[in-house]
Amino acid sequence: MADYPEPLQALLEDFSWVSDRRERTEMLIQYADQFERVPEDVAAPPYPVDHRVPACESEAYVWVRQQADGTLKFYFAVENPQGLSAMAMAAILGKTLSGLPPDQVVKVSPEIVFELFGSELSMGKGAGLTGMVNMVKALALQFTG
Amino acid sequence: MSDIEARGYAHSGVLVSTDWVANHLKDPKVRIIESNEDPLLYASKHIPGAVEVDWTRDLNDPVQRDYLDQPNFDALMGRLGVTPDTTVVFYGDKNNWWACYAFWVFQLFGHANAKVMDGGRKKWEADRREMTRDEPHYPAAAYKSPIRNDGPYRAFRNEVLTHISEGHPLVDVRSPAEYSGEKLHMEGYPQEGALRGGHIPGARNVPWSRAANDDGTFKSADDLRAIYEDEQGLSAQDDVIAYCRIGERSSHTWFVLKYLLGYEKVRNYDGSWTEWGNLVGVPIEKS
Repeated sequence: MADYPEPLQALLEDFSWVSDRRERTEMLIQYADQFERVPEDVAAPPYPVDHRVPACESEAYVWVRQQADGTLKFYFAVENPQGLSAMAMAAILGKTLSGLPPDQVVKVSPEIVFELFGSELSMGKGAGLTGMVNMVKALALQFTG
Repeated sequence: MSDIEARGYAHSGVLVSTDWVANHLKDPKVRIIESNEDPLLYASKHIPGAVEVDWTRDLNDPVQRDYLDQPNFDALMGRLGVTPDTTVVFYGDKNNWWACYAFWVFQLFGHANAKVMDGGRKKWEADRREMTRDEPHYPAAAYKSPIRNDGPYRAFRNEVLTHISEGHPLVDVRSPAEYSGEKLHMEGYPQEGALRGGHIPGARNVPWSRAANDDGTFKSADDLRAIYEDEQGLSAQDDVIAYCRIGERSSHTWFVLKYLLGYEKVRNYDGSWTEWGNLVGVPIEKS
């Protein structure tokens, strides 16, 4: 397993107890239920294409703001109301990477997608979700020294 | 005449409405099957009594790149409680994209008693119909399929080479950016899993989703003919091959051409761009 920032590592610990696919799916659905769309003071639709996650079939978008203490806060939109996987991924990334300094965010491996969703994820779905991780990292990169 | 019949399709019986499904939820001769692009959707809620068929887990061979074999298909049908006489009705997300894919795989095994719910999951939800998280359990059924017959439904790479050398039409149903090859040039996002970008020479580009209305239902036969025939020059007598990245989006177009417009000879090239874009020495066009 790759080395992840502490909040993400703690979340992965929860997933490590999962013994079957059904349980994993239920946990991911719970995160999807926690998804919150980007507030309008950060971005209002129609969202600009340069914030859109490449390869994501659920039309996901990502924004970042640097906070006063130098840490980052991430915001997401998922335009497909049936895009539960994208919502779950966005909720997890927003929950675990917001509040971290940029240099920790840029080190997150896209492998996190398969550790959360399992190795049987289809190629297309894997590409979309790793695209979201890569976009988060690319946005963080602009704040590194 | 129902709304679906009034749309002028060649084989309108292959489509059923959300009303029809609502009226057959407890029909023992009908099995509703959800097949999605998003792996979390079915578990989050689904049509009461519906079972799930997942493309990755259920329809693919776990080792080689191919679909499941005859014994495993029979086992899948047995697990779903489906007999050869059962009418299976597919529905799913993304305007029935994956539902059409599952429908197509079922045809390799000759399960012709199959339909697609027009509008898919999107319309069922928009109609505010009942959904549940309860997973149904049906008695195991005995199912004996005929030997898998790919020929009428599926095109392989050598057949595609012959097809283009004979000047027959192909339909590339990917996005214009995928078709042109532009997407592979986006640094850091090798989303096609292919070494080369572009399209098979001579292929027309008709993104699959053009066949669907905003509410997820299929467009009328006249509207579909305007796209595939008036605009793209196809005709029902043509020998057509459709493809995309792995054959899933193109199964939607295959369904449209074969059943809604009545094309006699249309096949899905499921090797698609993940095969063609990695093959050594095959011709590629970029635009």
